[in-house]
Amino acid sequence: MTDREELRRALSEWEEGPVAKTVARFPEREEQFETPSGIPVKRLYTPLDTWDLDYDRQLGFPGQYPFTRGVQPTMYRGRFFTMRQYSGFGTAVETNRRFRFLLEQGQTGLSVAFDLPTQIGYDSDHPMARGEVGKVGVAIDSLADMEVLFEGIPLDRVSTSMTINAPAAVLLAMYIAVAEKQGVPMAKLRGTVQNDILKEYVARGTYIFPPGPSMRLVTDIFEFCAENLPLWNTISISGYHIREAGSTAVQEVAFTLADGVAYVQAAVNAGLDVDRFASRLSFFFGSHSNFFEEIAKFRAARRLWARIMRERFGAKDDRSCRMRFHTQTAGCTLTAQQPDNNVVRVTLQALQAVLGGTQSLHTNSKDEALSLPTVTSVQVALRTQQIIAYETGVGDTVDPLAGSYFVETLTDEIERRAMEYIEKIDAMGGAVRAIENGFVQREIHESAYEHQRLVDEGRRVIVGVNRFVVEEEPTYDYLRIDTEVEAEQIRRLQRVREERDARAVDERLEELRQAALGSDNLVPFILDAVRAYATLGEICGVLREVFGEYRAPDFM
Amino acid sequence: MSSSKKIRVVIAKPGLDGHDRGAKVVARALRDAGMEVIYTGLRQTPEMIVETAIQEGAHVIGLSILSGAHNVLFPRVMELLREEGADDILVIGGGIIPEDDIPALKECGIAEIFGPGTPLSEIVEFIRENVKL
Repeated sequence: MTDREELRRALSEWEEGPVAKTVARFPEREEQFETPSGIPVKRLYTPLDTWDLDYDRQLGFPGQYPFTRGVQPTMYRGRFFTMRQYSGFGTAVETNRRFRFLLEQGQTGLSVAFDLPTQIGYDSDHPMARGEVGKVGVAIDSLADMEVLFEGIPLDRVSTSMTINAPAAVLLAMYIAVAEKQGVPMAKLRGTVQNDILKEYVARGTYIFPPGPSMRLVTDIFEFCAENLPLWNTISISGYHIREAGSTAVQEVAFTLADGVAYVQAAVNAGLDVDRFASRLSFFFGSHSNFFEEIAKFRAARRLWARIMRERFGAKDDRSCRMRFHTQTAGCTLTAQQPDNNVVRVTLQALQAVLGGTQSLHTNSKDEALSLPTVTSVQVALRTQQIIAYETGVGDTVDPLAGSYFVETLTDEIERRAMEYIEKIDAMGGAVRAIENGFVQREIHESAYEHQRLVDEGRRVIVGVNRFVVEEEPTYDYLRIDTEVEAEQIRRLQRVREERDARAVDERLEELRQAALGSDNLVPFILDAVRAYATLGEICGVLREVFGEYRAPDFM
Repeated sequence: MSSSKKIRVVIAKPGLDGHDRGAKVVARALRDAGMEVIYTGLRQTPEMIVETAIQEGAHVIGLSILSGAHNVLFPRVMELLREEGADDILVIGGGIIPEDDIPALKECGIAEIFGPGTPLSEIVEFIRENVKL
């Protein structure tokens, strides 16, 4: 049955015959089925849907342009995805202990969560830091804290991802300085700084400086790493937070890649050759509830990015077109109600990420709708990844869902719809403009509100929240952050300030100020200040004075 | 309560937490329910929030924190409201707040805590039933 017309005829006979008869007696659950992004889902997909699929152009082979089927030729047959649990709380001492526990449990990479004062460039004794020290991550004020954080962890043997954006250059500098003390040259360091400021303005909120100087810091890191840290991922362009803020899967791809375009353009404008830095760009996505839409999303994002890099930026090196990404299961799908159910959600979402070809993975813990995870629940989350990797066999062949009539159709549709958004953003003058005028924020908010409305009306089912609800006793097994942490951290900070060479610090900070007023790459100046034990708050304070601070307009 | 008087609500994000999806969705729902809503934006100190609420003549303050700083920042807002003699304002909270923190927060004057999974209509109803106009 290879003839297209013949198949078309057979399909309509099936629809008018058996299907019509069945539907007449047993109506379907919905009039129209669609994905959460609003893509219609048909009853059945057949070869007709993929008839015009051009294998070479749209899929190709793994490890080859346009990378739809994956970024490496052998994918998980060679090595599984990196199991990388985002972790950090309290002081460097406690987080160092958690890191060592995770590595002992078979985790293969580190991922540092910093507390909010660190992410926003305040020292722990700043008035704005009150109540926040050590809460959502580890408190880092100076190189002294960073030395403790990585004590006993050889930095030439582990890769480390740091969720740090506005002060990314400062934390990268501290990491380099710790490595120096361990005798590890920076050329050998492997890891990632998130360094994605644009999504902070729209979704995550830890911005400090206005877009202009922020983009300069981003490209300074690209340039510095191209010369000195060839194995380092200079940015993790993040859809995860855009999605958590309420966007759909299509919007996640569109806004993330539009941000990516803005970074590449900024670097090109700064005089960097695209093939010199593009292979070190990395990405970060969420994995949500709709199984096939999420898998198709990962595949579509890879293909779309490859095309943008080749067709728009003229990248010649295939590695510049290769989208490598980290995935985290979706925090916002965790429920405070019947928290054990979250283990099941996380399992499915992790499986989607693996079927979508992720390079590394964080699986959420079941208790994270209410607090940071306990050791036991983190262990279950890590075991979930290990079960998928070692027991299910899903990694034994590359991109196993390719060729599925449905998955390929969805992949095309997500790519098409995301591209429409990107063209709209281009027409506005690019991602920075679309953020400044509030377009991206409003689109995300509309989707978030629509989702909540559907949940409240019971039209989008959340098991245990709006269906299958039970009366529950609250559980009290949470990870608590000791209220002593803040005072202890402030004491540590004061000790550093007393023991360091104050004059050297002043000199390095003044040199940084002069550099910031000019156009030199700032990373070497920040590195020198860090080596002299200037604090994060002092370094960011100098930059705040020169660059000013961003105030977010209200786009409600 | 007189039907002509509009309920005025300040939705605020105290502290450094940048997660404002919940705050904005709640703000929108209250607006759709006919209330006047002022959203403060991110990084508000308790002092800034209380000042805004008094200036705007708010009947309700909604505080949202997902960073774990609620045990420090919520009581501070209540303390300042009492100092300003504005403790007739109905204060409610939401975010990632462990169950066993709730009794102490209510003790200091927060009227209700709405955790993850709360239907928007429940918040609207609670405000209508408890607000002092």
